[in-house]
Amino acid sequence: MTDRFDVAVIGGGMVGSAIALGCARLGARTALLDEGDVALRAARGNFGLIWSQGKGDGMPAYAAWTRESLRRWDCFAESLCAAAGCDIGYRRSGGLIFALGEEEWAQRQEDVRRLHNQEGGPSTPVRLLDRRALEELLPGTPLGPRVFGASLAPEDGHVNPLLLLRGMHTAFRALGGEHRPGPAVTAVRPGFTVCRGEERIAADRVVIAAGLGTPKLAAMLGMQVSVHPVRGQNIVTERLPPLLPLPASAIRQTAEGVVQIGVSYEENVWETATTVTELARMAARAVQVLPPLACARVVRAWGALRPMTPDRYPIYAQSRVNPGAYVAVCHSGVTLAAAHAGPLAEGILSGRLPDSVAAFRPERFLADAA
Amino acid sequence: MLTRPERGSITILFEGAPLPARPGESVASALLAAGILAFRTTALSGAPRGPFCLMGACFDCLAVVDGISGVQSCLVPVREGMRIERQRGCGDLPGEAAA
Amino acid sequence: MTVDLAIIGAGPAGLAAATEARALGLSVLLLDENPGPGGRIWQAIETRPAKDAADRAALAAVRAFRASGAEARFGATVWCVEPEGRVFWSEGGRAHVAKAEQILIATGAIERPLPIPGWTLPGVMTVGAAQIALKTGGLVPSDQVWLAGQGPLLLLYAVQALAASGRIAGVLDLAPRGAFRRALAHLPRALRAPSYLGRGIAWRLALRRAGIPWIRASRLRAEGEGRLERIRFVAAGEEHVRPAQILLLHDGVVPSVQMTRALGCAHCWDESLRCWTPKTDPWGRSSLPRIVIAGDGAGIGGAAVAALSGRIAALGIAEALGRLGAATRDSAAAPLIAARARHLAVRPFLNALFAPLPVEPEDDTILCRCEEVTAGRVREAVALGCLGANQLKAFTRAGMGPCQGRMCAAAVAAVIAAARGVPEREIEPYRLRFPTKPLTLGELAALYDEAEPAALQAT
Repeated sequence: MTDRFDVAVIGGGMVGSAIALGCARLGARTALLDEGDVALRAARGNFGLIWSQGKGDGMPAYAAWTRESLRRWDCFAESLCAAAGCDIGYRRSGGLIFALGEEEWAQRQEDVRRLHNQEGGPSTPVRLLDRRALEELLPGTPLGPRVFGASLAPEDGHVNPLLLLRGMHTAFRALGGEHRPGPAVTAVRPGFTVCRGEERIAADRVVIAAGLGTPKLAAMLGMQVSVHPVRGQNIVTERLPPLLPLPASAIRQTAEGVVQIGVSYEENVWETATTVTELARMAARAVQVLPPLACARVVRAWGALRPMTPDRYPIYAQSRVNPGAYVAVCHSGVTLAAAHAGPLAEGILSGRLPDSVAAFRPERFLADAA
Repeated sequence: MLTRPERGSITILFEGAPLPARPGESVASALLAAGILAFRTTALSGAPRGPFCLMGACFDCLAVVDGISGVQSCLVPVREGMRIERQRGCGDLPGEAAA
Repeated sequence: MTVDLAIIGAGPAGLAAATEARALGLSVLLLDENPGPGGRIWQAIETRPAKDAADRAALAAVRAFRASGAEARFGATVWCVEPEGRVFWSEGGRAHVAKAEQILIATGAIERPLPIPGWTLPGVMTVGAAQIALKTGGLVPSDQVWLAGQGPLLLLYAVQALAASGRIAGVLDLAPRGAFRRALAHLPRALRAPSYLGRGIAWRLALRRAGIPWIRASRLRAEGEGRLERIRFVAAGEEHVRPAQILLLHDGVVPSVQMTRALGCAHCWDESLRCWTPKTDPWGRSSLPRIVIAGDGAGIGGAAVAALSGRIAALGIAEALGRLGAATRDSAAAPLIAARARHLAVRPFLNALFAPLPVEPEDDTILCRCEEVTAGRVREAVALGCLGANQLKAFTRAGMGPCQGRMCAAAVAAVIAAARGVPEREIEPYRLRFPTKPLTLGELAALYDEAEPAALQAT
């Protein structure tokens, strides 16, 4: 069966779904090819943070790109909720990075100042809060004695990542997009034809946003992309009374009342199993931040694989050999969703990626190697 | 109802009221013997729930035991003087300041 | 602590394996979350008087275990097993760890969920629950207690309850018509098995003699305000309503696969029981080198089969650890394997006679009890493109509660499969990871050693 689309997006996770949604919003006839339940699905592991703090430390272009996305997130959320008809748990009241102990607090202050002094500055303003200021910000939050302070990015926040993904799919379909869950895409050929089992999908443009599956498909269109897995483990507790009104980088309380604790960073692990070593480390830290959590029960834990590039920054590119073919891979699919659905999707349809992503071409890795 | 002919030989407290219990049985069993079927209300809808599987798999028998919320009452053996209360919603965390 | 063999579960399989392994010279650690040995079928066997030959045999097995020198920990809830051989459990509010060369999972079976409208009302329980209440609390049914469903356990409980002077208002047989006819083909083979059929018939006759109403019914609903007050069902073409205080449901048992799933063992689909079963070789060895499975958790077979499998598994493990030659292992195992096969001969008949009830819940019937997700919402999700149980988490919170799908996985899979029009075995089940039982963050945190993160605190 052959159909011809304006765009075929391979990968129905955070990145692919946002791009597909953006294309559909601009009136393009778009197919979203989604591997469904059995996929590695980095989206499943997502902490749900809409996070600018610390982003682009050493790479101003990334700080700027993050800023661009955060600016658009309010509108993006609103239009999603309207199209998807559901609350995606979007809250932008600020985000914290806690510092435990003297040394961490000194390091936190140094990191914030360094980014402040970088060209272009941080993505969004960041304030340093010592213990007293923290207690004023969060009266009644039972902070542990080792919490010396925190940095606060008032424009950060969080969202329910599963509802976000589903919201994007729903909005995509409502706009006439064709969402096709099914088996993994096996090949993509110039011209373009996407092969999936017996299925053939023809499109004027193809976007490979398949997370860890990107390199294999990208190579078929002459693009060299390097992505490797970095496992992140998560813990979720039973429902608890309200404890923490703002999300922190490794701990947040969701709208349902469960506390989610993260996150490990394990290079080159392909298993999504959990390990007691990491879970214990994460639990120990969480209990230091909020000691009453010592009595909270773990209801489940899981591991997910981040698609990580060699320098941790995204890869966006259009193929020179096959113009109209694009790759898009990053591990901050939630934060960048608004930018993906906005300027990135526009660039893909217009045939020219925006200047703000010029720094993310895969050629930057070759320059380093030379 | 589920009942038993002999009263238990020890005493536990349910919502302040004394109940007989049999040494070695679970809290859930003792409450069932006293005709108590609803141990909690759910956090989501406030629906009443009580023991379903009695083997630690269903998590519907949660109660507040000696001040600790979220206890699977079918897995805890009774003790003389044990205090049990119904759990409303998600319960409390001991040691937590009121938020 | 380091041992040759860690056994999880002190039911017939675990006890037999421990005893046999000790006799073969292995060091053994046995862990069970109950206060004493026996698992489900021999629950609290040491605390109550032996009533019959079966009880006496069970007590003998427990005594042999107690004399074997195996290290036993009760009140020990295992929450993690690592494929490399570490076992983690909670005991007395603290987390513990042990290392084992081989791990035997003997965690048995779990009742198949039977979701009917109103099944979350207080007063609705499983037959297994009532049996636990009988064995550990001496609780017997008195007024307005109904049984509903099908299967050997339902019959057995009813007989046990009557023997304890309990009263049962009635049994609603929910099995569809023609079950016996379908099972007939397996009858000749079943007759080769010891006594199962005879016992079943005797149980059924005992209920009839006691005058317990046995009603062939369908469309059962539990109703009431705040608790069960009445049941509603269709029988002989008419709707009936009966007052009820307790309703006990049962639709057979299936292997408990929480641990084997979290470990990543391979499983295969059993069409006759409509359930997933871990893949094992005749020695109980799973797809992972250190993990062995015995008892109902490897496939429903009952207590006698479980005990035989436990011994067979111990022999296999001893050989794998180099404590026993292959020839000795084989000759010791041969009579056990033959006996097991004889017992298993009854299974195809029983599986067909008590084929799982069709899962066709109404839209407003709750499937996921923890998160109060109805069948209707699951069907909606499928209509919106949800393909399986894991993807369902983007649409509903089904499967995200503390029971980790123990109560709902089978029903959710059945509903998704029916809505998609595909066979149930194609629905990828909930992805499970350790911890498979809850523990507090404090317990988990206490295992962390800042100086040596990979080591974990000795406990």
